[in-house]
Amino acid sequence: MQLTGAEIVIRCLQEEGVEYVFGYPGGAVLNIYDALFNQDQVKHVLVRHEQGAAHAADGYSRSSHKTGVCLVTSGPGVTNAVTGIATAYMDSIPMVVITGQVPTHAIGQDAFQECDTVGITRPCVKHNFLVKDVAQLAVTIKKAFYLAQSGRPGPVLVDIPKDVTQALAEYSYPKTIALRSYNPVTRGHAGQIKKAVQLLQEAKRPMVYAGGGVVLNNASPQLTRLVRLLGFPCTNTLMGLGGFPGTDPQFTGMLGMHGTYESNMAMQACDVLLAVGARFDDRVIGNPAHFFRSDRKIIHIDIDPSSISKRVKVDVPIVGYVAEVLDEMLKLIESSPHRPDAQALKDWWVQIKEWQRKDCLKYDRKSALIKPQYVIEKLYEITGGDAIITSDVGQHQMWVAQYYPFDRPRRWINSGGLGTMGFGLPAAMGAVLANPGATVACVTGEASIQMCIQELSTCKQYHLPIKIVNLNNKYMGMVRQWQQFFYGNRYSESYMDALPDFTKLSEAFGHVGMKVEQPGDVEGALREAFKLKDRLVFLDVITDQSENVFPMVPGGKGLTEMILAEEL
Amino acid sequence: MRHILSILVENEAGALSRISGLFSARGYNIESLTVAPTEDATLSRMTLVTVGSDDVVEQITKQLNKLVEVVKVIDLSDGNHIERELMLVKVRAAGKDRDEMKRLADIFRGRILDVTDKSYTIELTGTGSKLDAFLQAIEPGVILETVRTGASGIGRGERILRA
Repeated sequence: MQLTGAEIVIRCLQEEGVEYVFGYPGGAVLNIYDALFNQDQVKHVLVRHEQGAAHAADGYSRSSHKTGVCLVTSGPGVTNAVTGIATAYMDSIPMVVITGQVPTHAIGQDAFQECDTVGITRPCVKHNFLVKDVAQLAVTIKKAFYLAQSGRPGPVLVDIPKDVTQALAEYSYPKTIALRSYNPVTRGHAGQIKKAVQLLQEAKRPMVYAGGGVVLNNASPQLTRLVRLLGFPCTNTLMGLGGFPGTDPQFTGMLGMHGTYESNMAMQACDVLLAVGARFDDRVIGNPAHFFRSDRKIIHIDIDPSSISKRVKVDVPIVGYVAEVLDEMLKLIESSPHRPDAQALKDWWVQIKEWQRKDCLKYDRKSALIKPQYVIEKLYEITGGDAIITSDVGQHQMWVAQYYPFDRPRRWINSGGLGTMGFGLPAAMGAVLANPGATVACVTGEASIQMCIQELSTCKQYHLPIKIVNLNNKYMGMVRQWQQFFYGNRYSESYMDALPDFTKLSEAFGHVGMKVEQPGDVEGALREAFKLKDRLVFLDVITDQSENVFPMVPGGKGLTEMILAEEL
Repeated sequence: MRHILSILVENEAGALSRISGLFSARGYNIESLTVAPTEDATLSRMTLVTVGSDDVVEQITKQLNKLVEVVKVIDLSDGNHIERELMLVKVRAAGKDRDEMKRLADIFRGRILDVTDKSYTIELTGTGSKLDAFLQAIEPGVILETVRTGASGIGRGERILRA
């Protein structure tokens, strides 16, 4: 059957079971939009800025394990989407980005709305394609979905010139695809797995450190079983939160720059470390040399060989899907009579409990000002700990990570790698659409929210009842905190002057706005907001401007060199 | 340490920039890079010379393997290998220099490809250090122009790199 390129694009999306495309039309994609108009299987969500399209597709994917899809036009459509693509790339989110391009004969002529899309996006995609021949279109889209989802996931971009969307070709969608140059190792090496299990069984001071790979590979059940079976302590990275139940007594909280005292101390003091789907990045191990002042054996499971021994040398590398490797480990442990030394493990827990007594997340509960930590605790209470929470980037993000224990994966949606302000609201849109009926809240700050605030209009159009909790301290809080700690209180350009009246602004967009200024009003306002199930509510919460995120490992310092709240 | 990497890649538009882009983005060195299609027209083979510690070269190899279009990567310097580079050098060859230049070219087994009454264009093949030695042996003042291909390499004996 002969179809136009544009029809082929839509047919391919249908074949992939794509439910939503997040996008914005323009000259180079008009044919595709016309093909979209003539069907109703693939629904389109019209964002207000292409960055929002990419973040929404990303949030859709993170909260559902499906591949997010976005569609933008050439030139500025692409460049606007780049921040969103790079965000997905840094956090390994499966996404297919379809971009329009000027007609093939105009490429390289500095045509209107032309940019070198493949060149611009090359460093921030898993792979990209420029399709110059309509006969290659279907197979290329198939490859894009396959690449995005398999191995270490990531965004894949398909750039389609306008004349290719017009040209006719015989349509058939390949059922499967194989690439000779792309064969990710998915099964862990049996010998290495055996070695790892032996190390775990001999451990006296073990620690499990699990990251976003556990969430991405849906390996939470396996991780949880393993940790409980062995009785080990477990920490999560920012991206891994929810991968192990946050309320489990064996969970020691997040680790790293704003991790808990007990997690960071245990990371440093452990004798066997099991790293699962995590990458020892600079926000976790700020100073590898300091980390190696203590001796320990490290087992590292990851799908990406280049994540292993990149910053931190490990003893037992295991390349493979974490779920499968953990399954293999569980089999070995369950069929073996050996268990770790019970007395040593008991002593280790005594030590960890002692660290926990530091109560590193304590804050002033009697303050006359609204403490942001208190808002998050109340949010936890009112949502029963089971909301999908998206965030932007900064202090508010860290407070959610610290004060909202996630018991399930894919409930905590944030930009950990790239650290993209403006991510939270559009990501929440994707999360609502992927999880109909779920409670979705976006915790943000007055600086971050303004970076993609135009999406309030999208939320109105599609009736997306997100609850926005704006922790408003009139500062770019994390910038201000660094300026206070490391720049002698010189608050250079971090004060947010001339803020809009967020209540009125939300109302202007057709939503409900509320302002909260007293600690006593926080709970009531949150309850009222979450009762309005079918409305977007913007809660502008005026918080203590001087509050900081503790504990803090300053950049480049060792894990045990934390600044604690009482020390300041 | 100097490493010589052989890389088989899909012969597709953009593959070269993915590889060179990887090196610049991650701060790795490229000393030289040669690339051309192989006997299988769907594949290109690159020889890339880089300098770095073993850890860095391990990362480079892993990162290269991660590129979707890269079929295979080997570090030729891990074992016995043959390495050759081609240089074309145009030198002033007038008066007493003319005979001397011919003699030097012979010693280095160079071939004179082009002659004018004032210059020779000499072709030289060998390892990089041989080519360096030739350039050092002649007076810097007589060199008019040089062009070098960078190293190409292949494993010795049964060591074979195929897709």
